[in-house]
Amino acid sequence: MRTKLISAPYTIWMTLFIIVPMGLVAFFAFTDKSGAFTLDNIARVGQYSNVFLRSIWLGALATFISLLLGYPLAYTIAKAAPNRQSFLILLIMLPMWMNFLLRTYAWMSLLEDNGLINNMLAAVGLPRIHMINTAGAVVLGMVYNYIPYMILPIYSVLTKIDNSVIEAAQDLGANNRNVFLKVVLPMSMPGVISGVTMVFVPAVSTFIISKMLGGGGNLLIGDLIDMQFLGSAYNPNLGSAISLVLMVIILICMGIMNQFDDGENVGGGMIL
Amino acid sequence: MKTASKVYTALIFIFLYAPIIVLIIFSFNDTDTASRTQFSGFTLRWYQRLFEDRYILEALLNTLIIAVVSAFASTVLGTMAAVGINRMKRMPKKVMMNITNFPMVNPEIVTGVSMMLLFVAAVSLFGGKSLGMASLIIAHITFCLPYVILSVLPKLRQMNPNLFEAAQDLGCPPVRAFFKVVLPEIMPGIVTGMIMAFTLSIDDFVISYFTSGTTQTLPIYIYSMTRKRISPEINALSTVLFVCIMLLLIIINVRQGREERRAKKAERERA
Amino acid sequence: MLKPIITLKDIAVSFDGEQVLKNFNLTIGDGEFVTLLGPSGCGKTTVLRTIGGFVTPDSGDVFFGDEKINNVPPHKRAVNTIFQKYALFPHLNVYENIAFGMRLKGKKEDEIQKTVTEMLHMVNLNGMAHRGVGQLSGGQQQRVAIARALANEPKVLLLDEPLSALDLKLRKDMQNELKKIQQAIGITFIFVTHDQEEALSMSDTVVVMDKGEIQQIGSPIDIYNEPKNAFVADFIGESNILDGTMIEDYLVEVAGQRFKSLDRGFGKMAPVDVVIRPEDIDIVPTGSAAAHINGVVTSVTFKGVHYEIIVDVDGFKWMIQTTDSANVGDKIGLALTPDDIHVMAKSVYSGTMGDYSTFSDEMEEALQEEGSEHED
Repeated sequence: MRTKLISAPYTIWMTLFIIVPMGLVAFFAFTDKSGAFTLDNIARVGQYSNVFLRSIWLGALATFISLLLGYPLAYTIAKAAPNRQSFLILLIMLPMWMNFLLRTYAWMSLLEDNGLINNMLAAVGLPRIHMINTAGAVVLGMVYNYIPYMILPIYSVLTKIDNSVIEAAQDLGANNRNVFLKVVLPMSMPGVISGVTMVFVPAVSTFIISKMLGGGGNLLIGDLIDMQFLGSAYNPNLGSAISLVLMVIILICMGIMNQFDDGENVGGGMIL
Repeated sequence: MKTASKVYTALIFIFLYAPIIVLIIFSFNDTDTASRTQFSGFTLRWYQRLFEDRYILEALLNTLIIAVVSAFASTVLGTMAAVGINRMKRMPKKVMMNITNFPMVNPEIVTGVSMMLLFVAAVSLFGGKSLGMASLIIAHITFCLPYVILSVLPKLRQMNPNLFEAAQDLGCPPVRAFFKVVLPEIMPGIVTGMIMAFTLSIDDFVISYFTSGTTQTLPIYIYSMTRKRISPEINALSTVLFVCIMLLLIIINVRQGREERRAKKAERERA
Repeated sequence: MLKPIITLKDIAVSFDGEQVLKNFNLTIGDGEFVTLLGPSGCGKTTVLRTIGGFVTPDSGDVFFGDEKINNVPPHKRAVNTIFQKYALFPHLNVYENIAFGMRLKGKKEDEIQKTVTEMLHMVNLNGMAHRGVGQLSGGQQQRVAIARALANEPKVLLLDEPLSALDLKLRKDMQNELKKIQQAIGITFIFVTHDQEEALSMSDTVVVMDKGEIQQIGSPIDIYNEPKNAFVADFIGESNILDGTMIEDYLVEVAGQRFKSLDRGFGKMAPVDVVIRPEDIDIVPTGSAAAHINGVVTSVTFKGVHYEIIVDVDGFKWMIQTTDSANVGDKIGLALTPDDIHVMAKSVYSGTMGDYSTFSDEMEEALQEEGSEHED
């Protein structure tokens, strides 16, 4: 039927430019330079386990901080008057639309040893702090760049909670604390889950933030991949293997999150 | 809002905007040493240099060409796809949605290197020039498509399924019925999708980085500038981009607000 | 018999391997008001969509007059549809909605304007031509949908549960209005509903359907008084359906008693279903000569015009609608005359309707909800 054919160009396009390239990644990961099958590349990924652990650790930390900072803000915005809400959300989104290289670059000038923050500290007679090129600066960059992705989904779930559900909880004797812990928080879990994935995935795979704010000492998975494809250590086979492992790790993390999500939805259903 | 939450909100917004404000202020900094930290007087010199910089202007032109072409192509392809997907049965629909969601959850860097592998393989197989505009446009269309589909699909779903049939029932052939009745209904979704595709394309760095070959786009040029850690030109560029985006967002917001008000008004009149 | 305008011959339709219509035959006469009546999922909307051209049957033929129209696309059929949720074009105002079909036919603007004005007058929407359809109430949207379909001068108008989204009062008004419009313009109306009262009060002919098959075709009076099987008896109005035995022609045994009846032709000692309408039963004192059956009152509900009394007769619950009152616990006698008893042959529905059976309000509500999600 004609109506079915209408999506055929899209199917062909996605096959050609998403599925085939993924196949290529898998192919490169399991072959050597001559194209013969090998498991060496995958085995070599093990040498970089410290980089993987650092990436996951810093990514998880940034995700956790974003959640900690973002949830209260999302909650505050969701409680504000409707006109104010859309204004505040616009303000959250505005920096997102500025190129993230520029946003990260801005932090470079703030964090430098003789940067603005240190100059201000010095001006009031406090000692300078070394901030640039540390793991802390990388986490800061991640939080700064990705916190809107945490706030927005949580906010959108919170605004969808029917006020009568909250009133029902109050009616049944829940105080504010209990309303939040037993009704609002469980019901907002889907937003939290999607916020966590939306922050964790780019944070764990970034290579710009670590390059710009982490100096050379805070290599992340993204930097490793970059180096194998466009850097000094040119080796697309190893790069593909690292990419594949990264994808698998993210898939596992998302699988765990989704498990959690399903469980919470059941809980949410029970409350309703 | 209570005072505590007001203070908290203010602090977060300071965190979000302080770096941008600093960038903007220093775009007017009159200094020869290109210091990023000492403000030594007002100048528009960096803006002047920015608009005289051949490389920046070339990168800007490339970025705009890529954004226009890929926004247009992904909107057409994506809208067609959404119409098809909306009419599919459960299983094929699920498969299509998974394919659509995949590039959105896959790390950008992996999408980038996978396409790089494809393009490099294609060049070595079929010859032709190295990576450049063509590969960039293909890559941009690919990562924009899911966003177009996801903004058109809900509109199709919300639409009364009988509308298309009603037009045919009144004597309209199917293709014409689509353009006369369905298209106006889903237009807001298509426009949103196109704007999203356009901005995503302009803003993209990671995927372009791996698929651009030697072609410069604005984000790639910015990247090379930040590596060299010089020149308040970059601040001037940031400021210009920021103002453009702010204007665009305000326009969209006003448009949406107007639409909402109209919807509310219609509701009131009905009641 | 009227000249046939729509004929469906041996139609079979299935979706995803599920048979929705099987071996479906129906002839509709020119100028008739025909209602397809049945519970949600019975295939009535599919019949309508087959006529409209939106469903292609797996087998069988659709005729318009003498012409086979199986392969005629919807936009070339001389029928128009009123969809359940009206399907007005939201980006066009009332005038442009009504003018839509005429513009496609390339009619002149002054002619279009004349017709639109006439149509608006007919559906009582004078002066609303330039309203946006979003500003209209449900009832007004309904009227625009009618005007839009009729402006195309169809030979047959298909109406897919058009009144189900309206509230009760408006629904009654629109029933009268639709009937009046149909009589005034004299074209065929094919009306789909699950509301038996709507079907009975509007139609010339009612087609009762269930599970993709026609259960009975007839005038509203025939369908009510002479249901063909337990499904029809149960679906149309409220009824007590009992097992009985046809002893011989004109003599039936039911609830342990023999009654004279008006029915014949079932053979001797044949098992049958017996329908007794609740309003046909009279209450008499127990022990009186007229008390054919005795029972105990288990519930009495005041319904306005009458009382609804449930009587337990040896474990089977009878429903009686009467203006006489009784009290719970009273022993009463039930009196029946031969016309009160209607005998039906046994069918697949025999014994599935429980005690006195009703198409209850809850069921109706549930069906309306399902129906609004589309039958097919």
